Amino acid sequence: MAGSDRDSKSRPVVVVTGMGVLTSLGAGQADNWGALTGGRSGLRRISRFPTDGLRTTVAGTVDFVPTEEATAAELTEKLAGMVIEEAIAESGIGSKGDFPGPLMLAVPPVEMDWPQRRALAAASGANETVTYEDLLRAAESGDFSRWYRRFLFASVGENLADRFGTKGSPVATSTACASGATAIQLGVEAIRRGEAEAALCVGTDASVTQEALIRFSLLSALSTRNDPPAAAARPFSKDRDGFVMAEGAGALVLESLAHARARGARILGVVEGCGEKADGFHRTRSSPDGRPIIACLREALEDAGAAPETVGYVNAHGTGTPENDKMEWLGVSAVFGERAGAIPISSNKSMIGHTLTAAGAVEAVFTLLAMQHGRLPPTINYEIPDPALPVDCVPNVARDAQVTRAVSNSFGFGGQNVTLVLGAAPG
Amino acid sequence: MSETRAPNPRDAVITGIGLVSCLGAGLDAHWEALNRPGGFQPVVDAERFAPFTVHPMVPLELDRQIPKKGDQRQMEAWQRIGTYAAGLALDDAGVKGNAELLGRMDMIVAAGGGERDYAVDGAILSALPHAANPEALLNERLMNELRPTLFLAQLSNLLAGNISIVHGVAGSSRTFMGEEPSGTDAVRIACARIAAGQGECFLVGGSYNTERPDILLQYAMGRLLWRREYAPVWRRQADGGGLVLGSVGCFLVIESRAHAAARGARASAHIAAITSDRCRREPGQASANAARQLAAVRPRLAAGSSAVISGASGAPGPTTEEESFLQELGLPVRATATALGHSMEPSLPANLALAAMAVSRGRLFGPLEAAEAPMEGELQQVLVTSWGHWRGEGMALVEAA
Repeated sequence: MAGSDRDSKSRPVVVVTGMGVLTSLGAGQADNWGALTGGRSGLRRISRFPTDGLRTTVAGTVDFVPTEEATAAELTEKLAGMVIEEAIAESGIGSKGDFPGPLMLAVPPVEMDWPQRRALAAASGANETVTYEDLLRAAESGDFSRWYRRFLFASVGENLADRFGTKGSPVATSTACASGATAIQLGVEAIRRGEAEAALCVGTDASVTQEALIRFSLLSALSTRNDPPAAAARPFSKDRDGFVMAEGAGALVLESLAHARARGARILGVVEGCGEKADGFHRTRSSPDGRPIIACLREALEDAGAAPETVGYVNAHGTGTPENDKMEWLGVSAVFGERAGAIPISSNKSMIGHTLTAAGAVEAVFTLLAMQHGRLPPTINYEIPDPALPVDCVPNVARDAQVTRAVSNSFGFGGQNVTLVLGAAPG
Repeated sequence: MSETRAPNPRDAVITGIGLVSCLGAGLDAHWEALNRPGGFQPVVDAERFAPFTVHPMVPLELDRQIPKKGDQRQMEAWQRIGTYAAGLALDDAGVKGNAELLGRMDMIVAAGGGERDYAVDGAILSALPHAANPEALLNERLMNELRPTLFLAQLSNLLAGNISIVHGVAGSSRTFMGEEPSGTDAVRIACARIAAGQGECFLVGGSYNTERPDILLQYAMGRLLWRREYAPVWRRQADGGGLVLGSVGCFLVIESRAHAAARGARASAHIAAITSDRCRREPGQASANAARQLAAVRPRLAAGSSAVISGASGAPGPTTEEESFLQELGLPVRATATALGHSMEPSLPANLALAAMAVSRGRLFGPLEAAEAPMEGELQQVLVTSWGHWRGEGMALVEAA
C-alpha cells in the first residue's frame, strides 16, 4: 500500500493529523498520556454539588475549567473548544477560525439545568405551589433569551462552528455512549465519498449534574463502591459493580491521505475501518447471544479489509458494569477465536471513568497514542480476575508493545454499537 | 429549458412515507385536509396552553404500530409519535416484518429530547425555597420521585432505540440533534451515502411533540411564540411574527433506485438534490446560502411545472427574509407550518413527504393563506426549503420518481 492514497477498496485513505484530549486526568495529550500509562485514576469524590442521600458519590469530573453559568452545556462546549484547539494546533491545518471541512460533533442532549428552573420559579413570584404555568409566565416576563439559545440542541455545534470556521452544517450526533465513535465514522464517510478533504471529529461531555447522576443511579448502572474513589471503576474484575460517570472530550482532525501529504502534514495514524450495528433486543441490555456486537466488530474489520489475526490491541468499551464486560468479551472471543485471550484488551475507563458521549473520541485518541508510543495503557483495579472473562486486560501496569492495528469499541443504551479499526502511522 | 437526466441506479428515491400530524395519520388524510373544498382550515388548540396556540397530534391508534402495551408504556409521547410514523413508513414501503431487509436497513433519526415529569418538577420547585438544605432536598426528591425508566423516555437516541425494538430496524442507528438542520442533515447524509454506495436502504425522519410545557418554555424564553389569535405563517409577519408549534411525526424509507427496483418497490418521488449550510444570520447571509443552493439545482428546474414547499417557521427574521427570497423565484409557494405547525427536527422530512405526495399525484395542494397563489398545471418538481428558526439553511429538490 505504500505510496497509494487509496485503500484496498479504492477509497481515499483517511488519516489522523491532529488530536486533542481532556479528561479528569488533565488537559492535553501529554498530561493524559503520562497519567494514563502511570496507572493513575482521575476519579474523585464529587465536589460540584452535595452528595447527601446519593448512592454514588464519585465521578470523573473536570473541575479545572472555569464556567460562567455552570451549565452542563456550557462546560461541554468549553471542553470541546479546548480539545479542538489542541488538535488543530498539532495538525497545522487551515488557519485560525477557518477549518477546511465539516464539524462532526458527539454531544450530550442539551437540557435546562435545575439552577435555571429554580431561577424561573423565583422570577414567577409563585408562593406555595409552583407549576410550569408559572415558569412560562416568568419566561416571558424577563430577558431569558440567553438561556433559550444555550438550551437549543444546536447551540454547542453552532457556537463551535462559528469559532473554528468549520464548513457546512455542523452535525451533532448522539448514539449514547457510542457517540464519539459515530462522530469519527461520519467524518470518515464524508472523506471517503469525496465530499470533504478534512473533517473535525469531536466528542465532548460534561454532564455530571445531580439529575444526570441520579438518572444513571436509578438504572443501577453506576458503581456504588465509593471508597476510595480511585478504586470504583473495575473493568473485567469479578467484583466490578458499575461504571463511574465522567467528563472529558476528544478531538481528531481527519484528512484524506492525499490532502495530508500534499500539505506535508505529519500523519499520526489511520482510521482504517468503521463498523456499526443496532440491537433491538432491549433499551439497556444487549442481545444475550451477542450477535449485534459480533456483527459490529466483523463489519469494522471487513470495512478495514483487515483480518482478525492482524489486530494487536483492543481498546475496550470496558465500562465495568457486570453486563457490558461480559457481553464485550462474548463479542471479542467470538470474533478473535482462540486468540482472544492473548490479545491485550484494556479499559481506559478504569482510570478516567466513562466519559459517555465523549468516550468514543477520547478512547480513539488514546488508542492512537498507544500505537504512537508503543505502550499500552493498563486496566487498573484489576485485583480479582473474573473466571468467566479470561482476558489479558493489561492488568494494573502499562506494557510496552509495538502495535500496528488496534480496535476501539463503543457500545451504548438504545442498542448502539460502533467499532473503529485504527492503524499506526505508516512507517 | 431544463436539463433532463436519465434515471441513475444510485438515485435516492422515496419508497415509503409515514406522516402523522394534526391533519391526520397517513398521506391520504393529509391530501384531503390540504385540498378541502372551500379552502384550508387549520386544526389548532388555542385553549390548552393559552395564550399559546398549538397544532395538536391527531389521536393515534397506537396498537396498530406499537402492538405491545409494555413498549407503549416505556415511551414518552414524542417516541410513540415517531415509532408510529416509522411503522407507517415501513408499511408503505412494503417492508414491515421483512427481517432480512430490516436487519440491514440503516436508520438516521433527527431528535430532540423527551418530556419532563411536570408533577415531580413542580413539587420540587415548590419545596426548594422552604428547605434548610435545598441541594440535599433536590437529591432526595429526585432519587425518590423520578421514575427509573423516565431517563430512557427522554434520551435523544432512544427514539431510534425504540424503532429498533418495535420494528426491528437494526442495520445501524444514528441520531442527529439540533432542531431543523438535524432533520435536513439526516436526509442529506442518507442521500449522500446512497449516491456513494455507502448504503442502500434507509429509514430517515423524526418526531416532535409540542403539547408540552417544557418545549413551550424553551421558546417562550426566546420570546418566539405567537401569542395572538391564530394566523398563518406569512400573514403573521405583519404583526411581528412568531412560532405556532405543531406535533409531527414523519419517517421516510429512502433507497437507491437500484435497490428499489430489485425488490419491485414503487417509488413515489426522487430526491434529486439536498443541501444544507449555515451562517451567523446576519441580514442577507441566509439568502446568500439559499441562492447558492438554488444555483446548483436551477439547471434542472422546469419552469411552469414546479413549486416551493417552504419550511418557514414563522419566526420573524428568517421568515421575512425567506419570503423576499422566494418572491423573486416567482413560483407558487406553500408554507406548511401554517397547516402542520412548526415542528423543528421533523419539519424538513415532513415537507419532503408532502412534496413527494404532491409530485406523485401531479398536482400541488391548494393555497394555505391569501398570500399563496393557486397552481393549476401539472406539478413535476418541488423545491423544499428548511431555514431553521435560529440557524441552518437547507434546500431539497423533489421530482416525480
